Amino acid sequence: MTSKVLSVRQLGKRYGATVAVDGVSFEVSRGEIVGLLGPNGAGKTTTINMILGILEPTSGSILVDGLDLAGRRPQALERTNFAAVYAPLPGNLSVLQNLRFFGLIYGVQDLSVRVETLLEQFDLLAFRDVKCGVLSSGEQTRVSLAKALLNRPALLLLDEPTASLDPAIAREIRIKIRAYAASGQAGVLWTSHNMYEVEDVCDRVLFLSHGRILLQGDPRTLPATHGKQTLEELFITVANQPVAGQPERT
Amino acid sequence: MFSLRRTLAFVLRQFYLMQGSPARVVPLFAWVAIDMVTWGFITKYLNAVSGSGFNFVPSLLGAGLLWDFFTRVMQGVTTTFFEDVWSRNFLNIFATPLSISEYVNGLVLSSVATSSVGLAVMLVLASAVFGLSFFSYGLLLVPYLLLLFLFGIALGVVACGIVLRLGPAAEWLIWPMPALISPFAGVFYPLSTLPSWMRFLSRLLPPSYVFENMRSIVLKRPPSPYALLWGAALDLIFLLLASWFFRHIYRHAVRTGLIARYSAESLS
Repeated sequence: MTSKVLSVRQLGKRYGATVAVDGVSFEVSRGEIVGLLGPNGAGKTTTINMILGILEPTSGSILVDGLDLAGRRPQALERTNFAAVYAPLPGNLSVLQNLRFFGLIYGVQDLSVRVETLLEQFDLLAFRDVKCGVLSSGEQTRVSLAKALLNRPALLLLDEPTASLDPAIAREIRIKIRAYAASGQAGVLWTSHNMYEVEDVCDRVLFLSHGRILLQGDPRTLPATHGKQTLEELFITVANQPVAGQPERT
Repeated sequence: MFSLRRTLAFVLRQFYLMQGSPARVVPLFAWVAIDMVTWGFITKYLNAVSGSGFNFVPSLLGAGLLWDFFTRVMQGVTTTFFEDVWSRNFLNIFATPLSISEYVNGLVLSSVATSSVGLAVMLVLASAVFGLSFFSYGLLLVPYLLLLFLFGIALGVVACGIVLRLGPAAEWLIWPMPALISPFAGVFYPLSTLPSWMRFLSRLLPPSYVFENMRSIVLKRPPSPYALLWGAALDLIFLLLASWFFRHIYRHAVRTGLIARYSAESLS
C-alpha cells in the first residue's frame, strides 16, 4: 500500500487554443485532506473530472493509489469515489435503491451490511425508501456522501460538498469526513469557496488560478506567510492575478 | 476484467424503476397488445373479403408480431440508456469502475428482460385470440427471433451513441427509427414489390431476410437457410459496427468533456 493515494504529474487540458489546466502537479497522502481552491474558471472541476476519468487529459499522468488511471482505469476507479453538488443521485430511485445500485457497480463486498452502516452513519434510516428526488438538498447531499463512501475509497473527491447545507449539518459532515480521513485509509481532495471551512478541515491547500497552481501550504499559516490577515483575503488576491502573472508575495 | 455483477446492476435498476411506476410498466405490454389486436382484426377481415382461401394470419399478424419484437428490443436498449439521460446520471455512472462493454451489456440484458415481457404478451394474444400457430413457422421461429433480436440490439446501441453525441434532444430522432427502416425491411410485402434502389438497401438489412423467409414458409415454398445465414452474418457486422460506433462516441465525449457537461454545469 503506497502512502500517496493521488499523484498528479504535469496534468494539462486544452480545448483548442484555450488552456483549462496547465501542467498541474500535486499529491495527496493517506490521512490527508487537501483543499483545491480557486476562483470560478480556475480549473478545479476540470482537474477533478480528469481524476475521475470522465475527461481525458491532453498531457500528464494521474496515479490513484499507485495505479495509472490511463492504463488501469477500472482498478484505479475502484479505489476512488466522489460527491459533487452538481451530480445528485437519480431522483427516481429511493435512497436504498441508489446505494444498492452503486454498491454493485463499485463491487462492494457485504453490500447490505455496508449500506445499513452508511444509512445509520449519515442519519438516513428514515429516508431509506424515499425517492432521492423528493429529499431536501441537505438530505440529498448526505445520500451523495453515503454513496461516496460505499467502496471505502482510498481517494475521496469532494466538490463543494457542503455548498447546500445549513451550518449545523455542514459541521456534522465536516466531522464525518475528517474522521474518515483520520482513520488513515484515505486521502481527500476537497474543493470549496468557503475559506473558513477550508481552514477548519484541510491539512494543506492548493491555490489554482488560470489552470495553474500558484500557491500551496497550510491554510492556517499560508495567509501570514504572504502578508495577509485571512485565507479569504489571500484567495481574493490570488483570484485577481492577471493571466500570466505570478501571485503577490509580499 | 468483465464483471457480470456490474452488468446485472442495470437489470436490477430497471426492476427498481418499474416498481410502482405504471408509466414504465404499461408500455412493456400495452402497445404490443394494441398492435396485435389491430393486426389480428385486419387479418380476419382480409381472410373474409379475399375469398382466396389464403390465410393472412401467419403472414400479416406473424410479421407484425416479429416486427414489434424487434422494436421492443431496440427500445429496451435505448430506454435503459435514456434513464441515465433523464436523471442526468452520466457523471455518476462513468466515474465508476464500470467499463463501456459492461455498460452496453447492462443495456442489452435490461432489454432482454423487458422485451421478453412484450414477446410473451404478443405470443399469448396472437395465438389464443387470433389463432396464429407458431408451428406453421416450425423451428425457424427461433432464428427469426434471434436475427431480429441481434439487429434490435445493434440499432439500439447506435441510437444510444447518437444521443450521447448530439445531446438529450436527439431522443426525438430515435423513437421513429424502426418506422424508418420498416419500408426497406419488407415486413408486410415481398421485396420484389420495391423499386430496385430500395431493394438494394433491403439486402443490407437482416430483418428483410427474416420476413422473406417467413413468407416463403407461409406460401409453402422452401425457405432458404443460406439467406438466414447471410442475415446472421450481416447482424454480426452491424453489432461490431454499433459497438465500434458507441466506443468512438464515448471516447470523443471523454476527450471533449461532453460526459461531464451532460450532467454538470462546471463550477470552475
